[in-house]
Amino acid sequence: MKRTLTTGAATLLAMIALGATALQAKTLVYCSEGGPENFTPALNTTGTSLDAARPVYNQLVEFERGSTNVVPGLAESWDVSPDGLTFVFHLRKGVKFHTGVNGFKPTRTLTADDVLFSFNRQSKDDHPYHKVSGGAYDYYSDMEMPTLIKSLEKVDDLTVKLVLSEPNAPILANLAMDFATIHSAEYADFLLKAGKPEQFDQIPVGTGPYSFVAYQKDAVIRYKAFADYWGGKAKIDDLVYAITADATSRYAKLKKGECQVMFGPNPADLKAIGEDKDLVLLNKPGLNIAYWAFNTQKPPFDKKEVRQAFAMAIDKDAILKDVYQGAGQAAKNLIPPTIWSYNDKVVDYPYDTAKAKELLAKAGVTTPLDIDLWYMPKQRPYNPNGKRIGEMMQADLAKIGINAKLVTYEWGEYRKRLQQGEHMTGQLGWTGDNGDPDNFFFLLGCAAARPGGQNLSKWCNKDFDDRLNQAKKLTDKAARTKLYEEMQQIAHDDMPSYNIAHSVVFEATTKNVVDYRISPFGRHEFYGVELK
Amino acid sequence: MLAFIVRRISLTVPTLIALCFLTFMAIRLVPGDPIEVRRGERGISPERLEFFRHELGLDQPVWKQFLDYVWSLMHGDFGISIISQDSVLHEFLTLFPATVELSLFATLFAVLLGVPAGILAAVKRGSVWDHGIMGVALFGYSMPVFWWGLLLVLFCSVQLDLTPVSGRIDLLFYFEPVTGFMTIDSLLSGQDGAFSSAISHLILPAIVLGTIPLAAIARMTRSSMLEVLEEDYVRTARAKGLPPWRVIGLHALRNALIPVVTTIGLQGGTMLAGAVLTETIFAWPGIGKWLIEAIFRRDYPALQGGVLLISTLLVIVNMSVDILNAAINPRIRHGR
Repeated sequence: MKRTLTTGAATLLAMIALGATALQAKTLVYCSEGGPENFTPALNTTGTSLDAARPVYNQLVEFERGSTNVVPGLAESWDVSPDGLTFVFHLRKGVKFHTGVNGFKPTRTLTADDVLFSFNRQSKDDHPYHKVSGGAYDYYSDMEMPTLIKSLEKVDDLTVKLVLSEPNAPILANLAMDFATIHSAEYADFLLKAGKPEQFDQIPVGTGPYSFVAYQKDAVIRYKAFADYWGGKAKIDDLVYAITADATSRYAKLKKGECQVMFGPNPADLKAIGEDKDLVLLNKPGLNIAYWAFNTQKPPFDKKEVRQAFAMAIDKDAILKDVYQGAGQAAKNLIPPTIWSYNDKVVDYPYDTAKAKELLAKAGVTTPLDIDLWYMPKQRPYNPNGKRIGEMMQADLAKIGINAKLVTYEWGEYRKRLQQGEHMTGQLGWTGDNGDPDNFFFLLGCAAARPGGQNLSKWCNKDFDDRLNQAKKLTDKAARTKLYEEMQQIAHDDMPSYNIAHSVVFEATTKNVVDYRISPFGRHEFYGVELK
Repeated sequence: MLAFIVRRISLTVPTLIALCFLTFMAIRLVPGDPIEVRRGERGISPERLEFFRHELGLDQPVWKQFLDYVWSLMHGDFGISIISQDSVLHEFLTLFPATVELSLFATLFAVLLGVPAGILAAVKRGSVWDHGIMGVALFGYSMPVFWWGLLLVLFCSVQLDLTPVSGRIDLLFYFEPVTGFMTIDSLLSGQDGAFSSAISHLILPAIVLGTIPLAAIARMTRSSMLEVLEEDYVRTARAKGLPPWRVIGLHALRNALIPVVTTIGLQGGTMLAGAVLTETIFAWPGIGKWLIEAIFRRDYPALQGGVLLISTLLVIVNMSVDILNAAINPRIRHGR
């Protein structure tokens, strides 16, 4: 009974809260799309699981709701040493933890011990919680935290010192990510003593705006506003996630008022939602990119002119119209326009078949030329239909005398082979983790160009790479912006990969929902939302 | 009779062993392993991949993995789900009552409507009734579950506002599950309106899931009845001057029901296949959705355990149907 464990008292409390006072209490129901794997963000990589933990927790620094700006969270301020290696975080005083539905009662407020616990669980193999619940801390490892963090120390109860092994500007954004959530060390001890450490990841106890009430597997997650929340009590008393896998059912529930916010409407329903007087359709460009990489290690793609010719041969507008159907924005840079340092001065290549042919001839390419074009075997947030895009590109390329053979594999295999550089040209994409430009541009860096690395163009350009490494070490945002802008021009001129589109994210709410904001990260956040 | 039951039970053992082996192999033949599948665009370094494969025992030869699995099974251990890190048996037992409850109500709907419809069609053979019922049955049998489900939701729930869209009970009600059956738990909770809310949430999913079995049952009842109505004993019963309802209701129906009972039992498998879609449309937290997720995520233990448990139940259901038939019909139990 791990998942649905609640004590009699908590059940009673919840019954009173949700049953008897339901009419007075403000309840917001969010139609989510799936059940969480567990409630510890560090263990998870899926948005569904991270969304489920989010109401309960905070991080040292956080992303401002609906944006990529990093703002103070549990740390009210921080100092950075001039060499950019040492960060000293000053924690908020008197931050309270929730009472656990399994009988845990906190006896103290947030201290540096909680911060240390949260990071040490992920970093130290011998930590008592390291192996609990599988112990795969993917994000911690993906964001290179093991090599980046030299030490993390407690200075006093409310001060933590973080020392890096090299200057790294994106670190603050990393700390705002979900994996850097701060847990209660006291709760962990309590469960360890009770011999039930695995409950730590099933029954969350945090400092967040909502406390966890119950999870009925694959059906409902219930939360309750935490009266002592350090940021002030939430305006919604009861938050409920109604797990509804099918997008049409979610829309039907929204229409009927069975939920007030819905996850991912069907593209086919967007028009009807937009016209419905009782509903609100929100949209925002997603923090993502769909691209088509040219393997610069394989002729003829080692020639810049060939890559440029390919860029001019593709009718991007047709792809956006046909495949994205309005839910996409043409991409000319690797980063989406919502990320700072976006270079709007870059002018995209025009769709010009004649010019493309000319460039090919100039590069000494004789047509017909056989190439392969790898298309994505599955739908991703940034690419609704890899196959269709592949077919459209194939048709466009035929017009300049290129025979593109469409190739695909099972998703894991596909990605692995692309990273090994087996392709000539191939589609993939990226969804940003932390809103920092570096989190996108590393995809074209020399370090990622090795076999097995994520630079699918296997392109290593010194001008680009030097700037990439330099920008990572600077803390001055203006200086970093300048470097990133230059890098975008370099990538445009050298064309290692063709940027297809940034998808647009749509969400729908009922009319009485006030101040719900779409997150560029695809998060779903309810603190600050109100019901009329 | 006892000898028949023993013989029947002993036949199920090889079936279950074969099932166990097939499930184990089938999921491993699908490309991609659980570690790689959970990764997004970033992929995973070979070292980390190796580490996690080792943790899960996936680096062992397949025959050894299989023997380990069978060994655990013999100790009643179905393993731990890779996705949730929860015990497979616990997850199954949490979700299975929802599927059983839905299937029971769907069966009830199918039998209560299907059998009388089949009888009516048989008795009024060749009439408008017969053609009408059989036409509708054919339509019901061929209808895609997903389309039918959404159609009912949009019509009954959204347009007419008669039934809730999805879920098992109104979110206003909250109580700890006791049996896992919402209809029973809602009664036990003692909360006003909980039971009727649970029932109203069952209506549409039960209709959707019960439609195909309903059609199958109606057709089977009709043809079986037609056969029986030609029999000498029915003619004799009529000749004795018995009222038509006694001839049809007692003499004919009892004999006609044998193949119908078999059909109802066999619909168990159809129900589970249909449950996957029905549960998705109606956000019904059952076993179907759980298994699909396990396939997508390559959650080997969950899938192996889930399929084995379900198959065992199906084998038991089929066996019970056989035994029931044997009880109704002595010719079966004597192997004639």
